[in-house]
Parts: sequence; structure tokens; C-alpha cells
Amino acid sequence: MKHANAKKFGMVIDLDKCTGCGSCMVACMAENNVPFREDETDKLLSLSWMRVYRLTNGKPFPDTEECYLPRPCMQCEGHHGHSPCVSVCPATATDYDTNTGIVSQIYTRCFGCRYCMAACPYHVRLFNWWDPVWPDGMEKSLNPNVSVRMRGVVEKCSFCIHRYQQAMDKAFVEGRRELEEDEYQTACTQACPAGAITFGDLNNPEHAVYQMVQPDAQHEGRPENPTAFRLLERLGTNPKIYYLSRREWVRRAGDNYLARESQSHAG
Amino acid sequence: MDTALIPEGVKRCPAWQFILWIGLVGVVLLWGVYAMLLCWIKGLNQTNMNNAYGFALWIWADLAIIALGGGAFFTGLLKYIMGKDQLKNIINYAVLIGFICYSSALLILAIDIGQPLRGWFIFWHANVHSMLTEVAFCLTCYFGVLCIEYLPLVLENRQVDRVPFFHNLTHNMHEIMAVFAATGAFLSFFHQGSLGGVAGVLFARPFGYRTGVLVWPWTFFLFTWSAAACGPCFTIFITKLTEKIVRKKLVQDNVIELLAKIAGWMLATYVIAKIFDTAYWAFVTAPSKGFTVSDFYTGNPGSIYGYWILVMEIVVCGVLPAAILITDKGRKTQATLWLAVILAAVGVCLNRWVMVLQVLAVPVLTFESWATYFPSWQEIATTILPVAYGVILISLSYRYLPVFPQEKELNPMVSPHTPEGRAEPQASPASPEPALSPAES
Repeated sequence: MKHANAKKFGMVIDLDKCTGCGSCMVACMAENNVPFREDETDKLLSLSWMRVYRLTNGKPFPDTEECYLPRPCMQCEGHHGHSPCVSVCPATATDYDTNTGIVSQIYTRCFGCRYCMAACPYHVRLFNWWDPVWPDGMEKSLNPNVSVRMRGVVEKCSFCIHRYQQAMDKAFVEGRRELEEDEYQTACTQACPAGAITFGDLNNPEHAVYQMVQPDAQHEGRPENPTAFRLLERLGTNPKIYYLSRREWVRRAGDNYLARESQSHAG
Repeated sequence: MDTALIPEGVKRCPAWQFILWIGLVGVVLLWGVYAMLLCWIKGLNQTNMNNAYGFALWIWADLAIIALGGGAFFTGLLKYIMGKDQLKNIINYAVLIGFICYSSALLILAIDIGQPLRGWFIFWHANVHSMLTEVAFCLTCYFGVLCIEYLPLVLENRQVDRVPFFHNLTHNMHEIMAVFAATGAFLSFFHQGSLGGVAGVLFARPFGYRTGVLVWPWTFFLFTWSAAACGPCFTIFITKLTEKIVRKKLVQDNVIELLAKIAGWMLATYVIAKIFDTAYWAFVTAPSKGFTVSDFYTGNPGSIYGYWILVMEIVVCGVLPAAILITDKGRKTQATLWLAVILAAVGVCLNRWVMVLQVLAVPVLTFESWATYFPSWQEIATTILPVAYGVILISLSYRYLPVFPQEKELNPMVSPHTPEGRAEPQASPASPEPALSPAES
């Protein structure tokens, strides 16, 4: 399959709709068998494929504003698939799939050097510091389509790739090569009660994600919608998670700017 | 008790004293081994690393000891390839220090990875685009070279040398050592460089990222350069320290001064390059990503990563030791020589620290804050473990192997049978090559 005809799955998160309820985080953990410990007070040791940040404009009352920002893996494409984490992994345990645009993680090949974690500025890559232990009986509710991970390897959001594989299997059985937009949706997308998360193919003009952000293929997917932005776009990571907000301070919080720079004029 | 193993014509401390010394250091070694086993059996939850600090004390220790062990490849290059023959009097020790540093680095890496039994995946599933892959291949190959370079010294033990095969093997290995020295220099260039590239290629980590030539960021060259400058300084430091501990002169001053002079000029040129690199990064690279230098050096808890660290690394541990070592007076004055080699070694360690720890500490997302970290006792113990191992290997090598060719000449043994207690020469130091025959034949 030529890359030009390939899928480029991506996500659009409307931050003006997000209430910070955390449903996406819960759905993600349940769907992907993400382990947890009795004491989760140290968030730097927690495994959260999807994490919701709370942002503030820093102004005193009554001008204080807040915004909740869900952060899955950005599935960076970088320049021609040269995403920050994929290029550094010494054992090819992570890969950029040009057919889907998804950055994979091969748990059985990862030997836990954590170089990918050092490379990722979004902190989406998480290390299994412990072996997973499930409360009695809970192992029966694990998702049989997702392998659990052992101690000593790195894991991260996979865009629920098993759902894509299942949908493709079903399509092949039915004699189809293409999926309908709603046939492959991530768990977080379906769980969001506010409908803040939209998922689809950024290469397909008929998909909602494309229409919402209007990615400019000539400029590595830069959004033409002025209310859309990507996190740390200036670093050249070329992420496939887009955020929407009508609030200027929220959009500016998405990247680093010098004091003299305006958001639109930054290189 | 072990007199038969001690090289002829040199004096060593009594066996009980030596055993006591090894025993004391051995306790520290066992403490480190216990921590190492904890990490292997219970996993990396024994550390204070976290998802923000995936790299921490161990990776720093790896980078630092490999830089400090750079004295081996650079001294070998100077002696065997550049023809600085005087350095034959310190090359054994440089190789030994290098051997300790590199074997320690491999051990720490084996502890540091989450799945040690899968360590071989780095060779089997190698990603040729990864700097760590280059590090693994070159480091492993170079360790093999160091083993080959260290082996003749082991075979020169008095009793081993009595076996004709080993005696001849040693001689023949010395004959072809230039080949291994050249191989070692080649491999070192790449693994020292690729260690610099580890942080330099992280284009999404603005503190570490550097532009460069083709696939190599500037840190690639700076790491090799600094290792070639500071590695010999560490060799000199350990040599001087050994002399203090054993209370005798082991290497003549002119040898030390020659190595110090070359290291000094390497350090001086390195510091100039480092200043240019820092300036370009601060005023061009970082601003292009939306960062100013103050973002990297202010606002962190306790000013752990304040501007002081930049001044310390470049001025105090760079410009100052370079200025001392390139002057004749600086090298000849013991106090300034000591100061310079210590500062140079500290400087390269500090550089490796910031290129590992500070890279991860600096917040990149605008809504995140500085990450803090302090190592657990298990991390500290496993980092001290190689130091104890190094002390033991140096002690054993010094006691049983002819590490310092000038020792006999500089410390003639006084024989009670010699008239008027005059020094009795034990061997001709001027003899460039020992006769090719077994010691007892």
C-alpha cells in the first residue's frame, strides 16, 4: 500500500467541551489492561496512557480560567516517520506504521532501556516499575484482546490498535478493504460524555477529524483551522493529536514562545 | 606468603596488610553486590527513578566513567600511533584504568535495563538509527580490545611468565599492539561520540538537542574531544593518587608532564569549541524552539540547575585547568597539577551530569514543572560498587603485575649485602626489550 493512500489516524480534542471528568482515563485503563497499585499517590510512578492535565491562565479571581487537557500518545510522525521515540529505540521495539500513522510498542522486544522515555517531551511513555498485580477476581475482567505487560518494559497509548485489527478482520471477512468511520474508534473517544474527543483518518476529507482541523499536508499536517493547535509543534514532532479552543491563552499554552513572539508568527 | 607472585625488584606491603585492605574494600563491594541483586530480583522499583527520570544516576555514571576511561584510548593513540614513546611508562596503567571503567560501564548497563535477560536484543534487533545501538556495539568491541591490551600485563606476572607459551605470547602481543591501539582509538571515537549523540539527537528535548553535521550532532564531537582531554587527566590523577597511597614514585615527572601538556591543549581547544557550541545553542537553536537560556537555568527548586552549573563546567572546570596545563610552570608545580587534573575530571563528570539529568529535568510542556530526583541507596551502592571493584583490581594489579616499568628504577631496593648500603640495581631500566626467553631458562 502506498503511503499516499495510507491512513493517518488522529484525534481532535475540543478543550472547550472537556469537563475534566476523567472518563477517558478510566475507559483507557479498563480497555488496555493498564495496571495500578494500591498506593497511586506518586503520579510519576503511575501508568496512565491517557492523562488529564489542569491548566490555568494564572490570573487572579475573577479573571481566573481553567482548562482540562487530555493527553494520550501524540503518535508523532516527525519528519517522514522520524518520530522522537522511534528513531532512538536501540532494539526496534517501537515502530512508526506508515499504513496507519500509529506508533507501536512491542512489549516482548522492549528490554527497558527507557531511551524512548527520555526522548518523549510529552511524558506519554511509561515504565512498568512493578509486575502487574490485579485485585482478586479482577483478572477475570481483563480485556483478552490486549496483552498485559510485565515488569521492566515501556508501554504507552496504542490508539487501541487491537480495535483496528478486529475491525479490519471483520471487514476482510465481509469482503471489504476499507472501514467505515465509526468501525474503528478508541475507548477514550467512546467514553467521553461531553463528546469532546473525535477520532478518525486525517487523510480522509470525509472524516470529521479532517473537517475539524483541516490539516495542511504540505506543511506536515499544520492545522488551517485557526482555533486548532498541536502540543509542542515547534519541536518538529508532527503530532496527530489536535486540540481545539477558542481561548487564545489555551492555544498559547500548547507551545513555547519567546516573549516577543505571537503565536501565529512563531517559526 | 605471596612473595613468589610479586614482581622482582620491587617492594610491597606485608600480606596481612594487603588482605586487610582488600577485605575492607570488599565489604563495600559486597554492599554494592547486595544492592545489585535487589535490583535484579525485585526490579527497578528499588530505584528512585520515575517516568520523568527514566535516565538518572546510572546513565550518568556510565557516561562519566567512559569519559574518564578515555585515557586508555588516547594514551594508546599517542604512544602507538603518534610515536610518543615516553608514554610507555604510563600506558599500562592507562589501559588498566580504562579496563576498569569500561567493564564497570557494562555492569551498570546490565543493572540499569528493565529486562537484563533481554540485553542481547540490542545486538539482535539492532536499530541502526539509534545512538544507543552504536554505543552498544562500539563499547562492547572496545572492551574486547581493552581485554587484549590488558592481557599481556597479566601474562607478565612472574609465575605466569615462566611458562614459555605465555612468555612468547606476551612478546608477540606487544609486537602487534599498535593494531589494537588504532582499533581502540577508532572504536572510542565512535562510542564516545555516540554517547554524546544520545542527548544531542533528542530533537524534542531542547536542552539536549544540538544541530550538527549529517547525522551527528555537535555533542558527538564534543564528547569524544572532552574524553580525549579529560581521560588522560584522570589517568594522571589516579597515578598521582596511587603514588601517594603507596608512598613512592612510580612514573617519572617528564612522562606525567608530557601527558598533562597534551591533555591541556586538548582541553583548551575543547573548551573553545564548547563555548562556541553553547553560544550557538543558547542564541540560535533554543530560541528557534521557543526557549530562552533562562528557561533552562532558572525557576528550578533550590537552584540545583542554576547558571552556576554552566560557569562551573566551562570556566572553573574547563578554562582554569586548561590554562594551568598548557603552561610549563602549571604542569611542573605539583599543587596546580593536582588541581588541574581534578578539576578536569570533575568538569567532564559535570558535563555528563547535565547532559543526562538536566535534559530530563527541564520542563518542555508549558504546563509541567521541573522534575526532581534523588537516587535511592540501591542506586548509590551500585554506583559505588564499580569504584570498589576498581580499587581491588588496581590493588591486585599493582601488587602482582609489573604495571609501572619505571618503578624499579625510581625506587631501588637497598640490599643489606651491598657495601655501604648503596642501591643495587635490579634490572637495567634502559633495556628497551626484554630478552625473548623464559624467565627461568
